[in-house]
Order: sequence, then structure tokens, then C-alpha cells
Amino acid sequence: MGNEAIARGIIEAGCTLAASYPGTPASEILPAVAAFAQETGVSIHAEWSVNEKVAYETALANSMAGRRSAVSMKQVGLNVASDPFLRSAYLGVKGGFMIISADDPGPHSSQTEQDSRFFAMFAKVPVLDPSSPREAKDMVGKAFELSEKYELPVMLRPTTRVCHARQTVALSPPEILDRPARFEKNPGRWCATPQYVRELHRQLNDKIARIAMEPDFAPVFTPGDGSFPGVGIIASGVVFAHAWDLLEDLGLGGRVDLYQVTMPYPLNRDFIRRLEAQYQRLLVLEETYPVMELQLKSDKVQGRLTQTIPGEGELTPEVVGRILEKFLGRAETPGAAPPGGGVRPTLCAGCGHRAAFYAIKEAFPGGIFPGDIGCYTLGMNLGAVDTCHCMGAGISQAAGFYHAYAAGGGEIPAIVAAIGDSTFFHAGVPALMNAVMHRARFIMVILDNATTAMTGLQPTPEAGVNAMGQPAQPLYLADLVRACGVKFLRECDPYDIPALMSLLQEAHRYCRTPEGGVAVVIARHPCMLDKKAYERQPVYEMCVTEDCTGCRHCLDEFECPALILNEGTEQVVIDGVRCVGCGVCSHVCPGGAIEARRRE
Amino acid sequence: MKQQIIISGLGGQGALTLTRLLAEAAAALGLEVITSETHGMAQRGGAVISMVKVGPFRGPLIPAGSADLGLFLTDKTLPAHRFYLKPGAAAFVSTAAPGDYFHVDGPGLAARLGLPAVAANLALLGYVAGRAGLFCGAEALEQVLRDKTPERFRDMNLQAFKAGLEVSSGQ
Repeated sequence: MGNEAIARGIIEAGCTLAASYPGTPASEILPAVAAFAQETGVSIHAEWSVNEKVAYETALANSMAGRRSAVSMKQVGLNVASDPFLRSAYLGVKGGFMIISADDPGPHSSQTEQDSRFFAMFAKVPVLDPSSPREAKDMVGKAFELSEKYELPVMLRPTTRVCHARQTVALSPPEILDRPARFEKNPGRWCATPQYVRELHRQLNDKIARIAMEPDFAPVFTPGDGSFPGVGIIASGVVFAHAWDLLEDLGLGGRVDLYQVTMPYPLNRDFIRRLEAQYQRLLVLEETYPVMELQLKSDKVQGRLTQTIPGEGELTPEVVGRILEKFLGRAETPGAAPPGGGVRPTLCAGCGHRAAFYAIKEAFPGGIFPGDIGCYTLGMNLGAVDTCHCMGAGISQAAGFYHAYAAGGGEIPAIVAAIGDSTFFHAGVPALMNAVMHRARFIMVILDNATTAMTGLQPTPEAGVNAMGQPAQPLYLADLVRACGVKFLRECDPYDIPALMSLLQEAHRYCRTPEGGVAVVIARHPCMLDKKAYERQPVYEMCVTEDCTGCRHCLDEFECPALILNEGTEQVVIDGVRCVGCGVCSHVCPGGAIEARRRE
Repeated sequence: MKQQIIISGLGGQGALTLTRLLAEAAAALGLEVITSETHGMAQRGGAVISMVKVGPFRGPLIPAGSADLGLFLTDKTLPAHRFYLKPGAAAFVSTAAPGDYFHVDGPGLAARLGLPAVAANLALLGYVAGRAGLFCGAEALEQVLRDKTPERFRDMNLQAFKAGLEVSSGQ
């Protein structure tokens, strides 16, 4: 897998610290770093940090001590780490420092389809754009060398299609760099106050200008046979790979001049001059923003700025195919159109989040439900998640909704924010402190499934285990909540819906008392994808009795994938394959028609 | 040799496992191969699709109307993903319901063998392997299954694979 190829590159390059926070499509990088380190016997500190900013700063210090370091995240993670990212371009690094920011054109599993290469350009940091797992691995070593040559962070920007592509790659033994940690004090640089910053900025500009002349990072040219004089195609990232395959399909492989740009920023200066001198028509293919196009500043260029290419969405082969045909004057191949619809994702059968959402919704029918980022965003299907913004935002939004209604003078609805355990550690703590400090009144439910489920079950700080599988100091949600100044804290298993509903009512009463504030309920049930946790819980034989009236309450309000409507009898039946026997739906049927019997 | 295959299903049905096995089989035969997978939100029971491209390809995605072969772990995702197939290309579906496709009752076979439902994916693979048209033969896939499956799943996977293979040879 592309992510594993990147991880292998990190180990082979002699990197000694890798830090990350899980996020699709980057999640598999760090576990693979840990696995390859163990397999090859190299010593590395690999950690799941509590968030991307912390990961970035931790890795940065290792670089300041002269050692190679890598930090990986999804593109919106770089937003979280943007503060240290921008500053580190000015101050520079010592040991090679690589940022992997994985973009998600489409998007498939993200809040935005932003282009990290644009962020690199903003920060004045060089960025490499691989078109395949194999290339991504090769670029890792080059990124470290470039970083050390110019003492500058270097970004590797894979996209979902590179991260999650699989390909065979050649392996080399890890490079062992004999570099004991040595931090050389230099206050003018490492503490740069404004008086030094201007000079550091000048040096940064100079570095970028020189990197734009680096022959090793110049675009790769595949010349055409002269069939299309004065015409050229420029592509970077996986779009280059799509374009290559499509040109082959069209019988145009090797007939039109094709450039693969491996470093979209800073764009090679000679390349820019050459394009201007030699071509009349140029097509620029890149995801997802016009990074190369803006640097080319030429009216010969067709791309996003000329609306030749859609301004949004993934450049799939279907989209690129049509663009190429049009640009090269070929008849359009009639393409099969993707139908709409499909099957939407849903919370797993037996998921504790579903039970918690059902209780929240039943307890507060007119409530406002700010949500957050994780599997539990799927609570929107149940009508129990009204907002989804960015990590930790649900808590601040709950406070903001409270202040809006309180200041407005009208009736204040029940406000219930739901946030996952890992998200709470990541960005929820400052939001909760702020809400408590400013006397907001709402209920915050921590959906604690004891893992980071959406991205593949990475351990949370509560787990007491690190990315290498070694013991770590556990941090407890309840301790943190209390430390944030919360005076009302209860815990329960959401499987017991009546108990959770009564706790929520108690929390609501607390919010409304004169001395009330933020009330926190920790709804704790392990993720059903954690097989060991599932094996520990009792399993029930579920059955629907003749009393089922087909009212659809369980289907519409609970939406368990194991509950299905028998169209013939118009009664609900249990899908024996998907049902995990959690027993929760027996609380849900208004007519008591779903029964649970303990399986022996 | 160039062959493009799609594998379609619902999150959790084992599309990733089949993708991986086909890629390993191609690599074992010394063929170039690149694959693409669905991760993240859609894995929670949503429609997922994987692609396997065998031969000198650079990109991991198969354009609409270009796949030579389709493996569907359920008939539910046929409407969503069938458009990837070339006109006339075969769709192999793991379902009890007959239709305008080749089908094998993967879930039924798994249940009869006392295997978990997820083993249906290997019954489908066995079925496809037994029919002509795949870039590799059943023996190559069986070898990969032996070599690459974690020990605790090996017997189960081989059993399901062979059951699917028998269905196709019986037809």
C-alpha cells in the first residue's frame, strides 16, 4: 500500500522519530513505520500524538537535535499543525524533516478537498507530489536529502489514490546514520524575535529560489513524436498516472509531449522558461487547486483558471479522459455514466454510539445536537447530529448556541454535544475549558468506545499503550473533564438506554439550576470492531414477535443494519448474519415486539 | 497481458481481502499490478469498490466502461458499480438470486460449511477462479491463499475457496 511504501521509505532513510495523528487517508503510515522498525531492528520513536500540532512540534525538535524526523497526517490535520508549520519554514531545520500531508480529492472521507501543495506554497516549503506508491517511497529519501541540503522542511503530498493503491516496491536495508542527538543553541534562530525574522525570511526566499533550480527535482519529460507540434501536457500526482494510461488507451502514448512534475512548488524555473518558449498550447492537470497553473502565469495554459478543468471534485479517469479528448481534438468516447445512489454508510450493528444517539434524541426531541468528527458523525442519519465542523468544534459550538439563545432572550432549547473519546483528547479539552469558564450550560456526551474507530482502531491516550505496542502512561477522560472545571460528571453504558436517558434528564436539570454549567456524561461501550471487547459482552438471541405492527419506528429512529422490513408481511425481521446480539433494540420497540433472550 | 478487474461490495464484506489476493497472485506470476481500495467512512457498511489492474499500467483507477471482469460480493452494489464494466464483460455475483450475471450463493455455501458469513468472499473468488477469463488459474490463487493468509483463517478460507471452485466446475 502507498502508505506502507512511504513508511518503508522513512525507515530506509534512517529517520529516528515519526509522529502522527490518525486520519484517512494517512492513517496506515505510522503503524507501518512501527512494524518495519521492529522487523528491521532499527531504533525509532514512533508515536500517535494527541493531535497534529503536537506531533509536528515533537518531530521538529528531533530534527533540531540533528536527527531525521517525519510527521504524517491528513490534509485537515495540517490545518491543526499550521502554526508550527509556517514558523518552521522561517527557522528551518537541522536533521532532515519531512511532512506527509495526505490530500483527499473528491473528497472521500474529509471535511474539505483542500490542496496541501497550496499550503506548502503559502508556507514557502518545497512539496513533492508522487503518482504511485513506488514513486512515493523513492521521494522519501530525496525529501530528506533536500531538507538537509537547505535546512528546510520538505512536504510529501500523496493523495488518497496513492495512499490506498497497492504495488510491489523494491526494498533496501535501512540506512544507519550515526547521529547522536545534539541540540546546538542559537537563540537568534530557534527563538527568532521579530528583529531576526526579516533576515530569516530573506534566507527562506533565497532557499526557495535555489531549490527552483535543482536539476534532480526538475519535471520528467516524455517527448511526443511530433504529431502534436507546439502542444504539451503537464501533470502531477496521480493525475499524471491517469493521463498516461488514458493516452495509451487512446493510442496517443508517446505521440504528444508529456511532462510529469514531481515538485509542483517551487516550480522549476528553467521549465517555466522552456514552456513559454516552445509551446503554443499547454494543458495542466493537477489536484485539487491550480498550484502549478498559478506559477506558470501564461495565457497558453488551459486548466482550472480557464475552466477547462472542473474547479472541484476528484480528477477521475472519466473526467481526465474527456478533457484529454477535447484538448487533443479527438472525438469524445461515449462513456458509461455512474448512476446516483448506492448504499450509504451507517453505524455498525451493536455500536454503542447508536444506543447513545437514540437516548439523546428520545430525551430531548426539540434539542440542538452539535456533533464532531468520527464514526459518530453518522449519527446525522439518526437525526442526532446537527453539525459536523472540525475536530473539537462541537463543544465550542454548543457553547456558542447557548450564548446565542441565552442572549436572545427566548426559550433555550436543550443543547447536547456529542464527541468521541479520541476527538476529545485531540481538540476537545481547550473547548471544554472555555465553555466552563464562560458559564455555558449544555450537556456534553463523550462517546467513549475506547479507541479511534473510524481510522482503524488506533489506541487513545486512555489505552495506556503506545504506537509501538509498549506501555504508556494512561490519561483518563474523567480526570480531564474534572480538571476542566466540570461539576457534573456521570458515566454509564449506553446499551442501557433507560439508564442513559435518566442520566441525561438529571444532567439537563443540573444545567438549568442557578449554579449549573456544563454537564458531562461519559457513555462508555467498546467498539464492536474490537473483537476482544465483543467476545467479552453477553450475546442475545433476538426475535421479533407477532406484535410487530410494521410501524417502522426501529427502522427509522434506530437504523440498525440488522433490522430489516419484510416487504411481504410488512413486519420487521432480524438479519441473523448482521445481528451481533447486543440486545439494545429490545428497548427501542414502542410495542415491545423485539425480544432478547440470553444465548447460552 | 492487460486485465482490469473491479471488486464491489459493502464495507466489511472482505473486498479488500480479495483485492490483495488477486494482486499477490499477479505479483507471484511476475506480472506488474496496481490496485486501489476504499478506506474510511464508506467502510462502515457503505458501498465500497476496489480495482485491480494487471499489466503495464501506471494509475490505480479503472475508467468507467473499461473493466474486463467484475466481482460483486452482493447484488446490492450491482446498480452502483456495474457501469465500470466493459460492454459484455462478465459480472460474478455472490448471491442466491439469479439474474443477468453469473452467480454463486456465497453466503449459503459459507453457512452450509459452518463458516462465518465473511467467508462468502472466498467462495466467490473460488467460483471465478474456476471459470475461464481470469489472468491466473485456480492453482495460483490457492497457492497465494496458503502463503499469505494468517494461519488462524487459512483452513476456513481454503474451504470456502474450494467450495466456490466446485460450484463452477459442476456447471
